[in-house]
Amino acid sequence: MKYIDEYRDKAVVLQLIEQIRETSRHPIRIMEVCGGHTMAIQRFGIPSLLPETVELVSGPGCPVCVTSHAYIDQAIAYSRLPEVIITTYGDLIRVPGSTSTLDREKAKGADIRIVYSILDALEIAKHNRRKKVVFLGIGFETTSPATAAGIIKAEMAGLFNFLVFSAHKIMPPPMAALIDTGVNIQGYLGPGHVSTITGSKIYDFIAEDYGLSVVISGFEPTDILQSILMLVKQFERRQPAVEIQYSRVVKPEGNPKALAMLEEVFYLDKDWWRGLGVLNASGMKIKGKYAAFNAEKQVEVSVEPTREDKGCICGEVLKSTAKPAECKLFGKACTPSDPVGACMVSNEGACAAYYRYAR
Amino acid sequence: MSHKNNTMCLSIPARIEEINGEMARCSVGEASYQASLQMLDISELAVGDYVLLHTGFALQKISEEEAIETLKLFDEFEAFNATLDEEEKQTGERIV
Ligand code: SF4
Repeated sequence: MKYIDEYRDKAVVLQLIEQIRETSRHPIRIMEVCGGHTMAIQRFGIPSLLPETVELVSGPGCPVCVTSHAYIDQAIAYSRLPEVIITTYGDLIRVPGSTSTLDREKAKGADIRIVYSILDALEIAKHNRRKKVVFLGIGFETTSPATAAGIIKAEMAGLFNFLVFSAHKIMPPPMAALIDTGVNIQGYLGPGHVSTITGSKIYDFIAEDYGLSVVISGFEPTDILQSILMLVKQFERRQPAVEIQYSRVVKPEGNPKALAMLEEVFYLDKDWWRGLGVLNASGMKIKGKYAAFNAEKQVEVSVEPTREDKGCICGEVLKSTAKPAECKLFGKACTPSDPVGACMVSNEGACAAYYRYAR
Repeated sequence: MSHKNNTMCLSIPARIEEINGEMARCSVGEASYQASLQMLDISELAVGDYVLLHTGFALQKISEEEAIETLKLFDEFEAFNATLDEEEKQTGERIV
C-alpha cells in the first residue's frame, strides 16, 4: 500500500478497500473507459490496494489515441496549403501521422495555431478573412458540443472562412464493440465528464443487452474505489445495471442544451477506431445543412497513403489485450518525450500513464 | 495534469466572476478564463457560482465543495509530477 499515507481520506479509503475485499468472491475485470481515470488509477496506485479477484484494465477513452493516422495525415495535408490556417487543441500537435506530425509541419513553416477553445479559432477566422481557418474537431461528447456551438456561431456571424474537420466520436459503440470482440471484462467504470453531457441512459443497452455493469465514476481515489465497490456488488449479485457514483456532477438526463446542439449539427456515421477498426454509427459528421463549414466538403487535398507504425501495439493496449509494458518499444524507442504511438503522446494515453506512474 | 496546460481532456472547476450576456469571466486560482455559458440556463447562474469548464464552455454547474476538492486533486497531481521530475533529475534515470 505504497500511496496510502498520501490519501486525504485515509480512513474512508481503508474502509472502502475492506468492503471490496469482503464483497468480492469471483474474479472480475473492470475496464476504465476514460483516460482521466487511467491516470488517477495509476497515480494513486489503486491496483495495489485491490484484492486479487479485482483487476483493472484500460480502455479506448483517450480521443487522441483512437484517432487514425489517416486523420492526422489529412490535417497535415490541409496545413500544407498556403490558404489554410490550422487551429487545434494542443493534444493533437505531437500525435504521429504516417510520416510527420503537426508539430513538425509547424516548425517547417505551416500556419498551425494551438487554441484553448473553438471560440479562439472563430476569432482567428474573423481576423483572417482571406484565409481558410480549419479547426480540428476531435474528442468525445464532452468536447463535441463546443464544436457544434462553434459551427452554429460561425453561421450566425457569416464566417464562411471557418471550417471544421470533424473526427468527433461517441463513447457507447466502442464499449459494445469490445464486448463483441470477446474482450474479457465484467464491468465498465463509466466516463465522468462525457456523461455530464450524455447522461446515463446511453449506457442502458450495455446492462440490458450485454449484461455488463456500468458505474459512472468521479476522479477522486475515493470515487474510484466506491465505483469499484458498486461494480463488484452488482457482479456478485448478478444484477448488472447502470449506476451513477458521480452524482455530484452527472445527472441521468445529461445536459439537454448541449445534446440539442449536437443533434442540430452532427449525424452519426461509421468511423475508424485504433484497435477496433470501423464501427457503425460511432463518428460524428457534419450535417448537410452545415456543409459550408465542413472542411472535407470545402477544401480539396491529396493525402499521402496511410502507414501505421511498425511495432506499436497501441491498438491492443486500447482493447486491454496487451499492457503497455508488453510493447517492445515501451520505455525504449517510445517515451513521452519521443513518442512512437499515440498512446504515449497524450497525458491520458495508457502508455504515458503507465510510463509515468506504474512502477 | 496541470490546469495551465492546453489539454482538451480536462474539465476544470472555475468560479464565475462576471457575467456579460452569454459569456462569463471565470477564475481558476490566479488564472482568468472567458467562458461561454450557452450550454447552461443562464438565468440560474450568478457571480460566485462554480461551473465545470471545458474548452471554453461551462458544461455544468457544480457545488463549491466539489470545485475545491477537484482543484485539490489537480494540485496533488502537479505536486506528484514535480516530485517525480525531481527524483529523475537526481537519480539521472527515468522511473518506469
Ligand atoms: S509504448 Fe509506444 S509504441 Fe508501444 S504501444 Fe505504447 S504508444 Fe505504441
